[in-house]
Amino acid sequence: MAKRIDVSGLSAFYGGTKAIEDISMTIEPRSVTAFIGPSGCGKSTFLRTLNRMHEVIPGARVEGKVLLDDENLYGPGVDPVAVRRTVGMVFQRPNPFPTMSIYDNVAAGLKLAGVKKKSVLDGIVEQSLKGANLWKEVHNRLNKPGAGLSGGQQQRLCIARAIAVQPEVLLMDEPCSALDPISTLAIEDLIGELKSRFTIVIVTHNMQQAARVSDRTAFFNLAGVGQPGKLIELDDTQRIFSNPSVQATEDYISGRFG
Amino acid sequence: MSTTTTVSDRTPAPQLSGRLTAAKLPRWAPAGVAVLSIAVGCVIGAGAGLASHIQWGLISALLFVVLSFGLSAKVEGVRQAKDRLATSLIWVAFILAVVPLVSLVVYTVQQGAGVVDGNFLNHSMRGVLQSGPGGGIYHALLGTLQQVGLATAIAAPIGLLTAVYLVEYGRGRLAKTVTFFVDVMTGVPSIVAGLFVLSVWILGLGFTYSGFAGSLALAILMMPVVVRSTEEMLRLVPNELREASYALGVPKWKTILRVVIPTAIGGITTGVMLAVARITGETAPVMMLVFVSDSINPDPFNGPQMNLPVYIWQQYSQVNNSFGYARAWGAALVLIAFVMALNLVARGIARWRSPKAGN
Repeated sequence: MAKRIDVSGLSAFYGGTKAIEDISMTIEPRSVTAFIGPSGCGKSTFLRTLNRMHEVIPGARVEGKVLLDDENLYGPGVDPVAVRRTVGMVFQRPNPFPTMSIYDNVAAGLKLAGVKKKSVLDGIVEQSLKGANLWKEVHNRLNKPGAGLSGGQQQRLCIARAIAVQPEVLLMDEPCSALDPISTLAIEDLIGELKSRFTIVIVTHNMQQAARVSDRTAFFNLAGVGQPGKLIELDDTQRIFSNPSVQATEDYISGRFG
Repeated sequence: MSTTTTVSDRTPAPQLSGRLTAAKLPRWAPAGVAVLSIAVGCVIGAGAGLASHIQWGLISALLFVVLSFGLSAKVEGVRQAKDRLATSLIWVAFILAVVPLVSLVVYTVQQGAGVVDGNFLNHSMRGVLQSGPGGGIYHALLGTLQQVGLATAIAAPIGLLTAVYLVEYGRGRLAKTVTFFVDVMTGVPSIVAGLFVLSVWILGLGFTYSGFAGSLALAILMMPVVVRSTEEMLRLVPNELREASYALGVPKWKTILRVVIPTAIGGITTGVMLAVARITGETAPVMMLVFVSDSINPDPFNGPQMNLPVYIWQQYSQVNNSFGYARAWGAALVLIAFVMALNLVARGIARWRSPKAGN
């Protein structure tokens, strides 16, 4: 469980537009890496290249290499479906499946992959909901619709759904931006617990959040409107927020721009 | 702007309203105005000796709109009166739309209810004189069920798959071409669909008249309706759900089958049922391809059958045949009941399967 991600020379395009250019970085296993930067700098695009979700958008393509331990995700013969089973994702807005109960939402990944045994599913559903700190709140209404939960609970349901397929890496695209502070705290605590089992990458606009939850922080920036986003620096979170080596990073985190 | 600007330098805002409360008509006012207008409308109608009750009704409607506006303008003010005017116009439009529908149903029930009984439902017209009593619609009912059933079995899967292709896979020229032809097919008159099947299936390939030939034409009419409605429903499924499913490592085809279609199934079912209701009333292509028959033919693939709309036409086609007229009304009542039942079933399924929020 938990793999290292090694990105080298990665660029991503939407049709003819280059969204991110020549990004190289190493993401350590069993740690939380936060991506920060102004809007439109390609944080989310880069995140989506890490589990081949970028190419789901028509006309989108990727150049470069992403190594998961030693396997290139963009190598010939790699099945994007298999990649996404290994690298899970949580989205900005909670998106439980509206036709499914809470139980079925969590079991969805496994059920759709062909796991049928009730005892196996029961075990994993309970374990995942406990892992997402949601079990106590929902254990007596597992067959109620997932859409009936509050926003924060729905987001934790989505996290439970993502960890139920037992991925190695968990990508989170601004998972708290649609939530109130109490639900945000619940999710941040959860991230702290999950990092012992997964490699976690989180995109956030909230710099306090990055400082609170991450071990390492990457700062992305773009030279101007219409220019592709670039990685400016990646360092220990402590250093980024106290003594960054690039002036632009300091300007951004101290609120002088962006 | 400098900080030295004083209040007296500014233009005073116009005084729009001083009070927050205003005079208001009582809740029963619209009903009262309606009753009054109808009463006055009837008095005027009777007094002027207008023969048509439609005229009485129109006078009442006009009085209702004018009175509710005038009364409200007097008591509540012009802005409220405009609101009342819009509301009363909408009520009048609603009643104008409902009156023909209700009178159609009521008249059909009046004319047909006496005819419809067990004997009528389970006997055919075999050996029954057109101008005589007795007989029934069993052969036509059976034909309608078989032909519409076969047409649905052909058109619903093709339509559904086409819509899935257009929404989930279609890019570029092929998708545009398919969309274009679906649009063209939506506008094909039913008689043209009938002629097409007649020239290909019966004259070209040499098959005989049969229920199945009719269902081919009905399927042509039904398919674009199914494609359109299903397409709309699939497009309503948020993309986030597809992405959530992909991110769990679910392949695209399984995402469509287990996430996208279940989310839209309520709307898809309603669309298919409405398309079924539409083709159930088709007469022209059926007459051309299924022909007419007085006997029960349980085999839709071989030989002429009957069908409810054609039966109604046949029974009504002889002048001054009161027994035929009665049978036609009975068949019309059964046809309306069948279509109504389909609609209710569709609504039930839509409500039952639609995504639920809440606990």
